[in-house]
Amino acid sequence: MKPAPFEYVAPRSVEETLALLARHAEDAKILAGGQSLVPLLNMRLARPSLLVDINRVRGLAYIRRRDDGLHVGALTRQRAVEASPLVRRYVPLLWEAVRYVGHPQIRTRGTIGGSVAHADPAAELPAALAALDGQVVIRGPSGDRVTSPGEFFTGYLTTALDPADLLTEIRFPILGRDAGTAFVELARRHGDFALVGVAAVLRRGDRTIREARLAFTGVGAGPVRVAEAEGLLAGATPTGRVFTEAGRAAAARLNPDSDIHASAHYRREMAAVLARRALELAWQRSGGSR
Amino acid sequence: MSNDPLPPSAARAPARRRTRHPRRALAVHLVVNGQAVARTVEARKTLADFLREDLGLTGTHLGCEHGVCGACTVLLNGEPVRSCLLFAVQAEGSTIETVEALAAGEELHPVQAAFRAHHGLQCGFCTPGFLMSAVALLRARADPSDEEIREVLGGHLCRCTGYQGIVDAVRTAARTWQR
Repeated sequence: MKPAPFEYVAPRSVEETLALLARHAEDAKILAGGQSLVPLLNMRLARPSLLVDINRVRGLAYIRRRDDGLHVGALTRQRAVEASPLVRRYVPLLWEAVRYVGHPQIRTRGTIGGSVAHADPAAELPAALAALDGQVVIRGPSGDRVTSPGEFFTGYLTTALDPADLLTEIRFPILGRDAGTAFVELARRHGDFALVGVAAVLRRGDRTIREARLAFTGVGAGPVRVAEAEGLLAGATPTGRVFTEAGRAAAARLNPDSDIHASAHYRREMAAVLARRALELAWQRSGGSR
Repeated sequence: MSNDPLPPSAARAPARRRTRHPRRALAVHLVVNGQAVARTVEARKTLADFLREDLGLTGTHLGCEHGVCGACTVLLNGEPVRSCLLFAVQAEGSTIETVEALAAGEELHPVQAAFRAHHGLQCGFCTPGFLMSAVALLRARADPSDEEIREVLGGHLCRCTGYQGIVDAVRTAARTWQR
């Protein structure tokens, strides 16, 4: 038997889940797709006394188009996000990013809410969410609250979720036809967590860049937006040099760690290169030419 | 055909009122390779260990036990999943297929036959996982592209073959398996 003993309960509704969390919050872990949590349990790096398995909770898996964007239920499998025509059409950045998450055999179980709540510093979906200025909806004992990525991701594997909270929905804005997005990443093998990943969002003006957003993964405690690089790009005429300089400016602001996979120096160099590539691609996709 | 003594409404009604209590061990009912199975199992037992230890289905192999190697891949309601990252209690009400379901007696499944013909295995440790992912892929896609094949096989590690034989085997099985 690998994991340490725990108690298990599989509520059927959000209300029942919240009641269980309220009663057991300090010792409980929420089990969604389990693709990050169960390895931690198997290796006994996590030893919760209670698992609240939300896989049987009704009404948490959906992809809906609303006036303010695409709403994705927290329990929606990554595979369903990948297969969704709505996602591909309205939030292509999410579609591009989710295909980098693990492997098909992981994405059949892994959920979008799980990726966001786990907040791995090298995860793809938090970076996509940050670049898109999406929203995370949290249901807690006192009702719903809606958080921005900046509020939600608070540090290394930590978020604005309290122990008695349940992440219920992720909202992605639908960008206009003047926008282009791109997600690129570098990993040793496809399916690994990124050494560095970049999500780029550009809005095209009349021959200039109206607005730019860049979010990195794998180079900080969570997804990292770099305001300096975004400021350099806003209003600029899009040239190869501008994109290269923005990539370098962003990389200079990053503070990656060295680990067994790559040195901090290599990560920073690659961040500059990948940012340039993501910006070029996003610009092309916005319909812009140079 | 149902022997259920409760009318459908009674079966559904208590869902809201019943309070579920956390437990260390639970009863599970599932269908494994076409056979109904009912057991009481500790919540912390992974589906992989349940298949191997409780049901004696040792064809499902455990390599890394944290979702990286793919050896333990089985089909859960037709979809490939890591059985080391799922607890047996979570499979309540589900249908599971393992490598034991593939061959018909002495006759290899077409995907297995293709693996043998193309040297898609040597030691065989990783093979059950590869086979289950390949079966799921070929059920969904009649004629998968090389890119699709490689994406699915990318979720498995093999230390013997260098993968080329496995890719060839899946390509061949797409033709030879009469689905």
